[in-house]
Amino acid sequence: MSTMTLLFTLTLLVYLSATVLYLVDMIGKRRVAGRIGRWVLVAGVLLHAGSFAVRHATAGGTPVTSLHESLSFFAWCLVLLFLLLDLRFRLAVMGAFASPLATLLMIGSALSPNVVVELNPMLKTWLFPVHITCAFLGNAAFALSFGAGVMYLIQDRMLKSKRFTGIYQRLPSLDTLDKVNYTCLSVGFPLLTLGIISGAFWGNTVWGSYWSWDPKETWALITWFLYAALLHGRLTIGWSGRKAAIFAIIGFIFLLFTFLGVNLLLGGQHTFKAFALI
Amino acid sequence: MNILVVGLSHKTAPVEIREKVAFAPTEMEAPLQQMLALPSVSEAVIVSTCNRVELYATSRNVDAAITELKQFLAAYHQLRLSDLEQHLYSYEGAEAIRHVLRVSASLDSMVIGEPQILGQIKTAYGYACEYKTAGLILNRFLHKAFSVAKRVRTETAIASSAVSVSFAAVELARKIFDTLEDKTVMLIGAGEMCELAARHFVNNGVAKVLVTNRTFSRAEKLADEFDGTAVSFENFREQLHRVDIVLSSTGAPDYVLEAKKLKEVCKLRRHKPMFLIDIAVPRDIDPLANKLDGIYLYDVDDLQGVVQANLKERHKEAAKAEEIIDEEIAQFQRWMATLEVKPTIVALRQQLDRVRKAELEKTFSSLNGLGKKERKAVEAMTNAIVNKILHHPTNILKQAQNGSDGDLYIDAVRTLFDLPDTTEKLQQAADSDDA
Repeated sequence: MSTMTLLFTLTLLVYLSATVLYLVDMIGKRRVAGRIGRWVLVAGVLLHAGSFAVRHATAGGTPVTSLHESLSFFAWCLVLLFLLLDLRFRLAVMGAFASPLATLLMIGSALSPNVVVELNPMLKTWLFPVHITCAFLGNAAFALSFGAGVMYLIQDRMLKSKRFTGIYQRLPSLDTLDKVNYTCLSVGFPLLTLGIISGAFWGNTVWGSYWSWDPKETWALITWFLYAALLHGRLTIGWSGRKAAIFAIIGFIFLLFTFLGVNLLLGGQHTFKAFALI
Repeated sequence: MNILVVGLSHKTAPVEIREKVAFAPTEMEAPLQQMLALPSVSEAVIVSTCNRVELYATSRNVDAAITELKQFLAAYHQLRLSDLEQHLYSYEGAEAIRHVLRVSASLDSMVIGEPQILGQIKTAYGYACEYKTAGLILNRFLHKAFSVAKRVRTETAIASSAVSVSFAAVELARKIFDTLEDKTVMLIGAGEMCELAARHFVNNGVAKVLVTNRTFSRAEKLADEFDGTAVSFENFREQLHRVDIVLSSTGAPDYVLEAKKLKEVCKLRRHKPMFLIDIAVPRDIDPLANKLDGIYLYDVDDLQGVVQANLKERHKEAAKAEEIIDEEIAQFQRWMATLEVKPTIVALRQQLDRVRKAELEKTFSSLNGLGKKERKAVEAMTNAIVNKILHHPTNILKQAQNGSDGDLYIDAVRTLFDLPDTTEKLQQAADSDDA
């Protein structure tokens, strides 16, 4: 087994153990498990970064060229952002959302063929890593806001119906979930914007035009407008709570389609095949 | 040695009896000393709270000690034992250990999981330490009880949820708002439960209180108590959008707050969450309001439902706690058992060795001309004799510790060989056992 696959497998196992720990916290009501889970995730994110470093050292270039690598990189962004969010909000319940999601992404990554795609030399400019990193970190922030949104709706439902299930004990207040939602939005939106702009410039150097209405670009723009509307609603009209939570959920569904659906269903310049040497 | 408990609690005695046998916290020395002076009692701790009075003791003679403790409890409070007897319970051995562990873990409390009882037992133990009436076993035992109570508290969710209506309201508010400090509470009407709930909110950080009442002077009076502001009953609806938590309990026959009005309030608040608690019967707030975005409306039954669910949860958790206690009882009993036989054997061996050495010394001083080799041989022989003699009794004692008459054997050995009964040695044996 090469160092890279070893690190990858280790990371996957570490994320899996964090998932188990967070679930023990949620279902078994053992808070200490969640606290251990946090440190396990810190170890995971470092291991994961190590695997990217090895990948960069052996094959060179930005380590996001295939579906395998994209899913893995997305998982890393997700865990990293969760840990940063955790510094401020200390929410084990978000960990119970982020760590299984990261684990699933890693499993998906493990199942897709691990080929280091030789990058078309045209693509090798400094804008490519900037574009990729901004877009992925932005997506991760929106994934977390989606999680907070779902939790908000669950909590709202329970408070209204007056029927409380096990998870109720570990859910934070509605206000806190709303704040998490807003924080993720205010982090994710600039990142998505930067991702789109850097992508446009990069497209210009590679294909000679800033915008070519390829399906991914179109869908990214639609998603961007959606989140822009949500941010606008929050800042000027005072949207919050349920409405904002629902919006965050819809936004993420669009985002998922942009991220995965377009690649798998629609094709265009952003498919991984298009990266390869022609 | 056995652990004993004699006492009464809210489960066996009404308050009229409990108040008569309670011990005043200011004068614990006299009863503790008197209890220790009872002929069959070796150690004494007295727990006295408003819900229970219990005597913890250790004794070698269980039946006599229980009778003495009962008589002491009656005599000390100048009551007739015949009147008291029916309310008293007594436990010994494993049952006594279980009882004390359950009490300190708050499983025997009126409201299961309430946190005060542990502190009260700690205080009782503090008195026993101060007046030196707790010995080796009770010291160790109560420390065990404290650690078990802590284990129960951290490993089960026995005390994690509110079990009174007003606390349940505060707890729900915490699930809606992240902090209560910048929130405003409005009291509509002046029901007692409403006031109590408002007090809980203020104790939990709510700074701003508005009070309204059909009789304005009553509103002013109540507002003064909370350092709040009185609002006239005609105008309170105009203030509602600034209020986060409403506590309502008027005697009005119809709704005081209609869903339509609350819909406007919601809009003004931009659907920021608002928590409405309607404690009035008939209800003050239109139940349809609960359907509005951002409004969480709870009536008395809803809050009772939350309390009932929490109580049920506590009882479920109590079952887990009982398992923990079962484990700990077994562990503590094992310790007590080794404590019994081990020091006895050690003392017995030391006693015989002392005799052997003294006699050997005498013989050697009267016999001249013994070579080094001979002396060694004689010494080895005396050693062998002692070991041979001790072999069987030691085995019997070790076996007896598992039987029910272990105490009898130990007592017999101690009397027959005149063994010292010093606590230091017991302590050492216990410590070496721990290591």
